[in-house]
Amino acid sequence: MSDVMVDVHGVHKNFGPLEVLRGVDLQVHAGEVTVILGPSGSGKSTLLRTINHLEKVNRGWISIDGELIGYRRAGDKLHELKEKDVLRQRTHIGFVFQNFNLFPHLTVLENLVESPVSALRRPRKEAEDTARRLLDRVGLADKTDAYPRQLSGGQQQRVAIARALALSPKVLLFDEPTSALDPELVGEVLDVIKDLARSGTTMVVVTHEIGFAREVADTVVFMDDGVVVEQGPPAAVLDDPRHERTRAFLSKVL
Amino acid sequence: MPSLMDTAPPGGTAVGANPKNLPDPASVQIVPARHYARWAAAVAVVVLLAQFAHGLATNPVWEWGVFGEYVLSETIVDAVWVTLQLTAYATVLGFLLGTVLAFMRLSRSPVLQSVAWTYIWIFRSIPMIVQLVFWFNLSALYEELGVGIPFGPVFWSVDSNSLIGTIGAAIIGLTLHQAAYAAEIVRGGVLSVDHGQFEAAAALGIPRLRQIRRIVLPQAMRAILPTAGNEIIGLLKGTSVVYVMAIGELFYQVQVVYGRTGRVIPLLLVATAWYVVLTSVLSVAQYYVERHYARGANRTPPPTPLQRVRRFCTPAHLPAKSPGDTR
Repeated sequence: MSDVMVDVHGVHKNFGPLEVLRGVDLQVHAGEVTVILGPSGSGKSTLLRTINHLEKVNRGWISIDGELIGYRRAGDKLHELKEKDVLRQRTHIGFVFQNFNLFPHLTVLENLVESPVSALRRPRKEAEDTARRLLDRVGLADKTDAYPRQLSGGQQQRVAIARALALSPKVLLFDEPTSALDPELVGEVLDVIKDLARSGTTMVVVTHEIGFAREVADTVVFMDDGVVVEQGPPAAVLDDPRHERTRAFLSKVL
Repeated sequence: MPSLMDTAPPGGTAVGANPKNLPDPASVQIVPARHYARWAAAVAVVVLLAQFAHGLATNPVWEWGVFGEYVLSETIVDAVWVTLQLTAYATVLGFLLGTVLAFMRLSRSPVLQSVAWTYIWIFRSIPMIVQLVFWFNLSALYEELGVGIPFGPVFWSVDSNSLIGTIGAAIIGLTLHQAAYAAEIVRGGVLSVDHGQFEAAAALGIPRLRQIRRIVLPQAMRAILPTAGNEIIGLLKGTSVVYVMAIGELFYQVQVVYGRTGRVIPLLLVATAWYVVLTSVLSVAQYYVERHYARGANRTPPPTPLQRVRRFCTPAHLPAKSPGDTR
């Protein structure tokens, strides 16, 4: 087993009186793909958003590559980090949104260059070269000067993946990356993610695509009602689930 | 003669008709509907307009000669320049302060929120003319302005009237008034930006100020500009209020001239003409600024008026090339 890249430890999260995460533990090893499945409202997207501190946790902690996210430890106290430091930490974490969230007023190339130049202070020329290489990798080398709205949903999501990769993150998080796409466009996005999986990128993917989980995941995590119900290799969780709740969920989606 | 009813579109009443009864589509002439009432209304309006134009041209009260004499005179052109300066300063400073206030209201600090809210409440409550007279009489309120420790000793001070002067007082008054409205316009624009854009910018680790400048404001501009255009045009005409401070802007100067010559109507025409010209220039500028910020909003940007004219003059089989044809 390789090193632990993402370590989620006893994480609780509530929105007002609603408890969305009720003590989640999860370990993602470097170079592995973890797929999180679960019914809507099970807390899987919230969990993903706590990993890059888009949501603050109410209890527990998360570390990436040994570095606490959103906090600094002094003795037995956790001090909340300033926004500037959280922003710096996020440059190690790529996040791909369900609705792509590309910047519509910037061209595809500018979308990819913005963060490396402003957050990592990379020279523009170098950032542009990286951006072109990444766009080539997701099959969109000819779209550098297009605006996002001139692209199909599948193309936009591939640009969004390239944008996340432009920071050379330690881990990539995908929040239902194909849920907003027309069925015939899902394949092209999944192909890009599969290609990344083969190249050894550490990834956490929240999705409803069971077939994708079976094919790509090293670990499948099933969540329900704010807790991890079970986890293991896809063959075990998807074909021979131990828990009734997992069975009930799989019988509905398969 | 074959019934024209048979040419009704499929799905209409003629569905069951024998298609053999249809005439050859090429030989059927289509007669547009006649709108007699619409034509009559158009004629009436045109006649009224003609009467008005005739009156403008022939009624001696307008005194077009006097108008021509003054419209480009040095006094008036200088006054137009003062009006433009007042508008420019109040627009730039007002929107700068307004943007700061907008982000204060949107901040997470309850103190900043309340201060911004109170500012907007007060300055929207005071009529501009009242506020201007207040500033004009600043020295009655604070004889001297100084720099020092709050509530403690003063190191340096200056007579308040000599510091700001009349034009300064006018600019401060217009700016403070404008900032309250600008704050709400900018805030509305920021609120119109999709929440996902803030999240994406945060997830990419883009520094906070850069997020605002590069990601949020350019998108907010689309919602800000139409209202801001209104505000700036309103301000241009609103500067006429500073005549109460005896500042030589357009409206004040016009009054001075007709006070001397008694030619009221032609000089009001002079002012009107200048306000119309300046507003037109601003409107055209607004169109182009809006177009700039619409980048990426549409698949193909709308043509500029110039491109539209060019396309109109180009034969249809030679489509004019527009910058929107990126592919």
